[in-house]
Amino acid sequence: MARPMPISSDAVTRIAYPVLGLLLLLLLWQGYIVLFDVPQAVLPRPLAVWNATLNNLPLLLSEGRVTLLESVYGFLLAFFLGIPIAVAISSSRTLNLMFYPLLIATQALPKVALAPLILVWLGTGIESKLAIAWLVAFFPIVVDTATGLRSTPTEMLDLAASVRASGWQTFWKIRFPAALPFVITGSKVAITLAVIGAVIGEFISSNEGLGNLLLVANSQVNTPLAFAALLALAVLGMVLYAAVAFIDIALKPWFSEVRH
Amino acid sequence: MIPAIAEPQGTPLEAGEIYGRFTGVRKVFGKQEGAMVALSDVDYELRKGELVALLGPSGCGKTTLLRMVAGLTKPSGGSVVIRGREVTEPQDDFGFVFQSPNLLPWRTVLSNVLFPMEIKGRLDAAAKARAIELLEHVGLGKFLRSRPHELSGGMKQRVALCRALIHSPSLILMDEPFGALDELTRMEMHELLLDIRRLTGATVMFVTHSISEAVYLADEVLVFSARPGRVSDRIRIDLPYPREAALRYTAGFREYERRAGAGLGVLHHA
Repeated sequence: MARPMPISSDAVTRIAYPVLGLLLLLLLWQGYIVLFDVPQAVLPRPLAVWNATLNNLPLLLSEGRVTLLESVYGFLLAFFLGIPIAVAISSSRTLNLMFYPLLIATQALPKVALAPLILVWLGTGIESKLAIAWLVAFFPIVVDTATGLRSTPTEMLDLAASVRASGWQTFWKIRFPAALPFVITGSKVAITLAVIGAVIGEFISSNEGLGNLLLVANSQVNTPLAFAALLALAVLGMVLYAAVAFIDIALKPWFSEVRH
Repeated sequence: MIPAIAEPQGTPLEAGEIYGRFTGVRKVFGKQEGAMVALSDVDYELRKGELVALLGPSGCGKTTLLRMVAGLTKPSGGSVVIRGREVTEPQDDFGFVFQSPNLLPWRTVLSNVLFPMEIKGRLDAAAKARAIELLEHVGLGKFLRSRPHELSGGMKQRVALCRALIHSPSLILMDEPFGALDELTRMEMHELLLDIRRLTGATVMFVTHSISEAVYLADEVLVFSARPGRVSDRIRIDLPYPREAALRYTAGFREYERRAGAGLGVLHHA
């Protein structure tokens, strides 16, 4: 009984208005440069950024691929390590008391401050970028998953008890699936943070990736290329976010019944 | 057809024989000072195959009593004995229907109904066939692969009913199952419940705050009053089954309603 998606005037305005907003911004940007005679080294014109993007497309794609992989692997690391940890701290009161404060404490620490140390430990290769991406993406996944595992509707737990489900069965057949919407919410935050982590890693030390390209372009006062790298990073972040959001939308109908 | 249930242990009970016995059942929430007596000293004999309605205002302990019978809550005093054994935990041949349909939204209708069998490790072809049979019986044969969010409130509660019946329980416990449904749907559900009761011979305990629902369905109505929760009246409903909707408008029916209303304190000259 899937409902057909109505292509209404509403759907058109949903696309038209953001495009209009973007055009307005570009117009202001161009107008500002023309009006105040801003040199290209400080702020390039939109068209210059666009040209730099097109001219350097192969470069942006290959550097983008590096950052993409660092982000995705860092995210996956955070996901597959974060979920067991969330399970552990939400099912054992002892573990919760022991490690939850610690987890919060690590969150108070700015990850950028750790980056130089991680570099010393793991070197300048992909490992250090993964570690930083993992570090920033880890927290929302653990916290949201743990919250989800602790907020199973009580009636569902009563159902499990009434059919004499074991603790293990209750976990796998009720608590974990009921927590999935929370896992996805955490993942949406984590995937964007993973990109930031990867770029931080590249900033500290790297000879590849979009973060590195940004630094190189900056040092050469090639601001159009720096902006092109920024644009590529924005696209990368949005694509990754959209991938996770797509899973969310696909599962939305039943998510809403758990989230109430 | 829904097969009649088989007694899992001992000699089968005849309809009308004592099935369960509640003695001095109490429930107190909280400790010493500030403790709230949810239910005090309920004594009752539950007879095999009967439908007993627990009728009362909210906070009168009727749901608490149902949960103690289900083994989901422990009594603070007294005992709940079913078929000669004290209930301290949920039993294999009890079925529970919750206030909300409480379906697992990530499962299909069929797999929701099969959930208890899956937990009990009895997910075989026979269980599947029975689940389909039950769903067809309640008019949901075309919705086996649907997800709960695609169903109306009444349809969801039918699925929940099938889930409670899948393992042929000898005792069905229902906690205000039709409270959230509109009047017409509720009346349909009444017919369905009476039909299922007739076919299975199961004993039913039914919590409700609707006087007419209690009188229409039950062999016996236990009327509760609140603060502290206790049984204020026991009304035997001597109206023959099968009951039909027209019964609701007869003088006899009205008289039972009036007496139940008096027990609830809604009417003052009983």
